[in-house]
Amino acid sequence: MISLTHYLVLGAILFSISIAGIFLNRKNVIVLLMCIELMLLAVNTNFIAFSHYLHDITGQVFVFFILTVAAAEAAIGLAILVVLFRNKRTINVEALDDLKG
Amino acid sequence: MTFQMFLFYFFATIQVFAGLRMISVRNPVHAALFLVLSFVCAASLWILMEAEFLGLLIVLVYVGAVLVLFLFVVMMLDINIAQIREGFARYLPIAAVAALVMVVQMIWVLNDKVFKASAPPPALPEYNNTEALGEVLYTQYVLQFEIAAVILLVAIIAAIALTLRKRPTTKYQNPGEQIKVKRNDRVRLVQMKAEKNEVEPE
Repeated sequence: MISLTHYLVLGAILFSISIAGIFLNRKNVIVLLMCIELMLLAVNTNFIAFSHYLHDITGQVFVFFILTVAAAEAAIGLAILVVLFRNKRTINVEALDDLKG
Repeated sequence: MTFQMFLFYFFATIQVFAGLRMISVRNPVHAALFLVLSFVCAASLWILMEAEFLGLLIVLVYVGAVLVLFLFVVMMLDINIAQIREGFARYLPIAAVAALVMVVQMIWVLNDKVFKASAPPPALPEYNNTEALGEVLYTQYVLQFEIAAVILLVAIIAAIALTLRKRPTTKYQNPGEQIKVKRNDRVRLVQMKAEKNEVEPE
């Protein structure tokens, strides 16, 4: 039978893939946002796995709220991206040095 | 190997493949489409874990709205792929090492017998996942539910406020001015003498 470890390992692999994606696509804001979405998906898979194997529906309620926050984050992130592209004509992260920090 | 086991490995393999392709393709449009594939596989796995409501929710809300928004933005922007791809080969070794170390550590921890819990018995036929979720969401978590609604409202307002702009060439109507207008602003009566209608000679 499928054990809890199967789902947790799948979540771990997906999480690591998105970490690698953040390393690799560090100039491309869009793919960075997509990697964050994949990361949240991995976390949600863990939540649902625990919810299923521990017989506690609270995990699914948490997934519900994470989905809400992730959708809000994606909407605002893409709006910032559009404004950025309008002002700079690029989505290169290295062009974001106006604050001179 | 049971049928459920087969389904798990099938969807998990596709999902990992889609994730790997998502971070490695050149074109961001293809990356967004691979992310869609990954989310659909995740929805299938969630349904395999008897979370039917969330599995359908993620297809409807995430694949249907958020990822289409991603695709919309990617296609709207004119991206210089060569410029944003530079450094990919340079960061590949360190990214692979970092991800590999992380995944090995996590699998090492997860191999503990604490997590070897066997699958619970399948739910009874009269069990309704949506109903069970709704029961706790609207009683125990009703305050959090309302906060989530407010967060979505804030996101709507923020997204509109960020992207709204006034261009000087934009034509717009001012209803107040339109209602306030008087006859004299629009019609001008002029006095002039009557003119003879001259018949042109053929």
